[in-house]
Amino acid sequence: MCLAIPALLVELRPHDQAVVNLGGIRKEISIALVEGVQVGDYVIVHVGHAIGVIDPEEAERTLALFAEMAQLAPNPAPVEPA
Amino acid sequence: MKYIDEFRDGDLARQIGARIAAEAHPDRRYSFMEFCGGHTHAISRYGVLELLPPNVRMIHGPGCPVCVLPIGRIDLAIRLALERGAIVCTYGDTMRVPASDSLSLIKAKARGGDIRMVYSAADAMAIARANPQREVVFFAIGFETTTPPTALAIRNAAREGLSNFSVLCCHVLTPSAITHILESPEVRQLGTVPIDGFIGPAHVSIVIGSAPYDHFAEEYRKPVVIAGFEPLDVMQAILMLVRQVNEGRAHVENEFTRAVTPEGNLKAQALVSEVFELRPSFEWRGLGEVPYSALKIREAFAAFDAERRFDLSYTPVADNKACECGAILRGVKKPTDCKIFGTVCTPENPVGSCMVSSEGACAAHYTYGRFRDIPIVAAAPATEEATP
Repeated sequence: MCLAIPALLVELRPHDQAVVNLGGIRKEISIALVEGVQVGDYVIVHVGHAIGVIDPEEAERTLALFAEMAQLAPNPAPVEPA
Repeated sequence: MKYIDEFRDGDLARQIGARIAAEAHPDRRYSFMEFCGGHTHAISRYGVLELLPPNVRMIHGPGCPVCVLPIGRIDLAIRLALERGAIVCTYGDTMRVPASDSLSLIKAKARGGDIRMVYSAADAMAIARANPQREVVFFAIGFETTTPPTALAIRNAAREGLSNFSVLCCHVLTPSAITHILESPEVRQLGTVPIDGFIGPAHVSIVIGSAPYDHFAEEYRKPVVIAGFEPLDVMQAILMLVRQVNEGRAHVENEFTRAVTPEGNLKAQALVSEVFELRPSFEWRGLGEVPYSALKIREAFAAFDAERRFDLSYTPVADNKACECGAILRGVKKPTDCKIFGTVCTPENPVGSCMVSSEGACAAHYTYGRFRDIPIVAAAPATEEATP
């Protein structure tokens, strides 16, 4: 129910509407619930409304943390980390 | 897809799993509740349990809006369609939830009720505009994630003067449900449900922020780690919880910093409080009446409140006796403890609400996990040509 997906904002339209691109699918959504989003942002879309925005720096930081974890692992998995 | 695929890397997940196994003390057990159905779904779908050591256990929580919706509420929506001639619009998840008289919204539709599945509250408004002679009711369910779009629809309907549109509001609140679980006798006195910490909601927290959970950490000494709905997020959150338990800490930590801030989405919060106020009490399936755990529409928007408009009164209805959804929603039982799991009750023919939505504990286990319960027996070498 709370499912929501990050989608790339590609076009702003009047009346708080915008178009997002999700893996090639374009859809008009409402951006009335978020402040100051722009083309190029990844917004989190839930039931046709953007409810939040992805912070790209924080996303990088979390991924870096996972990678760090991989370095720390006592028994490295047989497959090399990407 | 960006921000999805990189959080589903299997090798990294195994490495985080190895880390959890290395840091979890072998002489103690760790029990964590994932509150959200979204996490329950991710744990089942991606086989997260396979990556955890045996002494780290996950307990499913009640964070599935379809699962906690009591029969009496669905009955109200069905009656609006069948007896009052209203067009009832609702999210797809609610269509198959069993209600009274062997009905569900989808069966009521088959009986001639004008019940329509919509993707958003805005679509329900469009149906109201297109049918000015008909009453159109949006049957609104969901946690804090789903509430702001409903608030927006009500405010816009008021501005637009969309007088044939109203909302049957069943929006519920996460923090009060967590408090209720922590106050339950199973957790406090009996100890039948040991909870060492919580994986906190992902998308609910985008809206409400991380601050509302501080209370649980301080008052109940339970660590909370807010996590995204991807498998690596869940694994990382479990590791962070194991570390807090090992260090004797009980703090609110945020793994989902790419989307969750301490204060949350203030614009959405302002709109929600403009349109809604707290209900003194609301019945949850499994949890019973929970004080101040749901929202109702404020007096200023009374014209758009289906409960006032149609003078509805709520009547509680008992669940099917064989169904264990109630105990499963409280974390007391597992889906496999239910006698009718996978036999009478399946996703095609759900008896209880936990089998309806893909994020319900029973549906998630039925779809992704039930074969784990069957012991693997090596097949006898039948023929020489048997292929592996």
